[in-house]
Amino acid sequence: MTITLDGAEMTAHITGEIDHHTAAFLRSGIDAAFVRQKPKTLILDFSGVTFMDSSGVGLALGRYKKTKETRCTLVLAGLNERDKRMMKLSGMQKMEGIEFR
Amino acid sequence: MKKVINDFKMNVAAKSVNESFCRAVMGAFAALCDPTVEELSDIRTAVSEAVTNCIVHGYREQTGRIYIDAALLEGNVLRIKIRDKGCGIEDVSAAMEPLFTTAGGERSGLGFTVMESFSDSLKVRSKPGKGTAVTLTKKITGKCDG
Repeated sequence: MTITLDGAEMTAHITGEIDHHTAAFLRSGIDAAFVRQKPKTLILDFSGVTFMDSSGVGLALGRYKKTKETRCTLVLAGLNERDKRMMKLSGMQKMEGIEFR
Repeated sequence: MKKVINDFKMNVAAKSVNESFCRAVMGAFAALCDPTVEELSDIRTAVSEAVTNCIVHGYREQTGRIYIDAALLEGNVLRIKIRDKGCGIEDVSAAMEPLFTTAGGERSGLGFTVMESFSDSLKVRSKPGKGTAVTLTKKITGKCDG
């Protein structure tokens, strides 16, 4: 995973597989940068993800709790149709402050 | 009872690092049936959820083993049983409700929902203090080699 900054927009470019094991590393990396950078928009870019189970949904929901606290917008980008379907099982598409791109 | 064409059994330590190993093995076994990319993804996802449940909910902070028993049945049906000897589930129907989780924090509570969505059938048997067994089936459209 790499993290890039563009003004007040922070993007976490996630690569590889997201499961319960790898989600722990992703979570700590994103959260540390989020606290340091205090972005107005946090983009989770899933375009480099080759596999995801519901741990990916948990990762997004967990970050949403953080972005909500600081009134930051959470953007879920680059999801394939299958992973988008999994995200939507959680009802995230109806939550205020989350955008799908 | 459908005839078993091919099968395998294995057990692994209930460690999160083995989640990818389990779905890779199951993917390799399913590949003998020439599944579509989507079917293969469905199988790998459902297995990943079941194995994660054993680690996160079955054994929690304890060590243990995960038992996997898979069979290719006549009619191109893959049957996968994933079992732990962990703490078990008090109320299986409540646990199968979408967004239900006892793990809190970063768990989405979608494990069983995803397993149901990505397989053709799902059975969950559990006894508190004894463990949980999940059996799922998936029809493969390809041709199995006997």
